[in-house]
Amino acid sequence: MRKFDSVARLRAAAVLLLTVALCAAAPAFAQEAPDAIVKRVASDVLATIQADPAIQAGNEARIREVLEVKLLPNFDFARMTALAMGRNWQAATPEQQKRVTDEFRALLVRTYSGALNNYRNETIDYKPLRMNPADTDVTVRTLVVRATGSPIQIDYSMAKQGDTWKCYDVIVAGVSLVTNYRDEFNNQVKAGGVDGLIKTLADRNKGVAAK
Amino acid sequence: MTSKAMGEVQWKPGDSWSLCRAVLQRGCAVLAVALVAGCALGPNREDPFEPMNRTLYGVHDAVDTAVVRPVAQAYVDFVPSLIRTGVSNVFNNINDLFSGINGILQGKLDKAGDDFGRVVLNTGFGLGGLFDLASMMGIERGNEDFGQTFGFWGFPQGPYLFIPLLGPTTVRDGTGLALRLVWGPASYLNNEALQWSLYGIGYIDLRAEALSASSLVDTAALDRYTFIRNAYLQRRRYLVYDGKPPPEPEEP
Repeated sequence: MRKFDSVARLRAAAVLLLTVALCAAAPAFAQEAPDAIVKRVASDVLATIQADPAIQAGNEARIREVLEVKLLPNFDFARMTALAMGRNWQAATPEQQKRVTDEFRALLVRTYSGALNNYRNETIDYKPLRMNPADTDVTVRTLVVRATGSPIQIDYSMAKQGDTWKCYDVIVAGVSLVTNYRDEFNNQVKAGGVDGLIKTLADRNKGVAAK
Repeated sequence: MTSKAMGEVQWKPGDSWSLCRAVLQRGCAVLAVALVAGCALGPNREDPFEPMNRTLYGVHDAVDTAVVRPVAQAYVDFVPSLIRTGVSNVFNNINDLFSGINGILQGKLDKAGDDFGRVVLNTGFGLGGLFDLASMMGIERGNEDFGQTFGFWGFPQGPYLFIPLLGPTTVRDGTGLALRLVWGPASYLNNEALQWSLYGIGYIDLRAEALSASSLVDTAALDRYTFIRNAYLQRRRYLVYDGKPPPEPEEP
């Protein structure tokens, strides 16, 4: 009986300690600045890719797996899709919105993993971020320096969501991904409605070539 | 200098003024036709000649897929990267000179100073531009051109144009590029074969640089023509405003 008590007490103490530790750590996570998130995620993804023999051998499925786990949770795909669709987003049913988002997400992942397959020996310069504590929408600027060719500026538009920041647009050398798709999405909806857009996106994801 | 009727102007290599006139005259002719044809066409306000441009894009794409892209790919596959970097550096060195001139034309003296400093360093100590010492020392390229200068001066970009082999451009940027070629050092050469070889190498060098962008467009685009047009116009706008473009007005 006495022995059980001391075990129980130890356990309680451990739980208490853990709780205190978590509480202390939580604000540190909550306050992770947007540029720190970009830096942490980007260096993690690049380090993983450079250390993975399957990826170095050109295995794109494996790249996609890494992106799925490490990169994609930091993106707000619904917001990206809504921005790219503009007014058509409101006109779509929730079911259509979800399907466009899923297909658009798959297309971006395919594109991104293809791009990562092309550039591997790159280093990233992170530009200092000037922001006010009250800001909820910032642009994190980075410069990707390649082994050959001129460096490419890649910026991430980040919005605050609760305790963390999510990326809702990527701007490559001044070209916003979301803006670039706006015309394309609009044309697709004009030609075949939201379902037409879903079909085109799905076809592209199945590997049907664009015009 | 020979000049006949419009559209038949001939130009001799090295005679930059006649080329300039030829380009401008033809440009005006094309523009006049295009303006008349474009009035009733095209829902996109930046691309009033979309039907014509799409046809030209089709021509460009066929030639690019059959010839230019494979040649550029072979250049990347078979020429060592050290040599390719040297080639890019030599052409970039000339571009830096023009970037400096355009920096001055826009009153951006800091940028122009960097560009001229780059040219002096790379030409003098980088074996005539073969090595880009200035970049290693952290002196950034200004990346200005005549199209951006016209934009800075307030000229509108004009209609979007897709020119086979050349790619996406606008009336403003195309005029700038014509000036750049006319005033470029290669146009002062008397040896026509050498001149065209240089244009050819410069062209393949540029195309090789864009190979990964092409494969990205192949994956990402729903409609490649629209994707390329939007990316080009966004990029040029970004450059004209030195990376800080004002927010675009929403379409009604």
